[in-house]
Amino acid sequence: MKLKFAIPLVLFLILSAFLWKGLRLDPREVPSPLIGKAAPQFTLTDVHDPSKQFSSRDMLGNVWLLNVYASWCESCRDEHPLLVEFSGRRMAPIIGLDYKDKPEDARQWLNQMGNPYELSVSDLDGRVGINYGVYGVPETYVIDKQGIIRDKIIGPVTVKRINEELVPLIKELSQ
Amino acid sequence: MKRLLLALSLLFVFIHVEAKEAVPDAADPAIEKRMITLSKNLRCLVCQNESLAASQAELALDLKQEIREMMKKGDSDKEIVAYLVHRYGDFVLYNPPVKSTTLLLWFGPFVFLFAGLIILFVTIQKRRSQIEDTSLSQDEERRAQSLLEHNQ
Repeated sequence: MKLKFAIPLVLFLILSAFLWKGLRLDPREVPSPLIGKAAPQFTLTDVHDPSKQFSSRDMLGNVWLLNVYASWCESCRDEHPLLVEFSGRRMAPIIGLDYKDKPEDARQWLNQMGNPYELSVSDLDGRVGINYGVYGVPETYVIDKQGIIRDKIIGPVTVKRINEELVPLIKELSQ
Repeated sequence: MKRLLLALSLLFVFIHVEAKEAVPDAADPAIEKRMITLSKNLRCLVCQNESLAASQAELALDLKQEIREMMKKGDSDKEIVAYLVHRYGDFVLYNPPVKSTTLLLWFGPFVFLFAGLIILFVTIQKRRSQIEDTSLSQDEERRAQSLLEHNQ
């Protein structure tokens, strides 16, 4: 008989656990279907030198990060110092994808804030962004030596995500 | 009077120009209609409570333009949806497909319904056995009788 009275309590606790978990989930974080698939190929012009072209194929054989940013993007400002710091560790090259932005604005922004990018290319019409499933700048992709997307961070990277997610993954992929 | 007419006609020219500007850039109304019907069933990723059709977010506008172009190229609705799912996942669909990861989503409610029916059935059975008539003993019969008579 006593057990029967415990049932509502148990149900309540289970429900609370689900709700508690739900509070901590980020509904904006949509799992990318591209993880584990080949990174879409692109060839775009350099933000700093419009006569130079960069092709994603040039990165084959390297573990690299593709960071989608824009000078108009507020939260890119938050993550930028972290990227600058991370690029100093020389773990993996970061290629910047300047998403729907004027190259001159991007250049000015990078001059002001420091440039963490090995190279940064201009996605003027956002077409490459669409192919990568970008929906909220900034986004960061980890791409392995075979050109497969291994991870995606939506929104600004944090110290925690760099140290607990990016660093171990890059180390593992670089072996 | 002449002046007034001139002013009015100028006003009309102005209105006309304005009206022209408001027309969406897709020239083909059939494609526009098809695009809107299709994008009503697609979720905008930027403002997740809005459909792609309703959203005015930059990405939504780009995607709608992409859909228009694909339609002009002669792609079917299915191909366009596949194109979007390939990039953004099933999340863009308001009507998710039945597959192993969505089984609980699709059939979970029926599981709950079934469980509820079982609980209901068991409870009714229990109640029924509880209220079953049990015949009174002679002693009890006599007591009941006396109580009833006493009350009158």
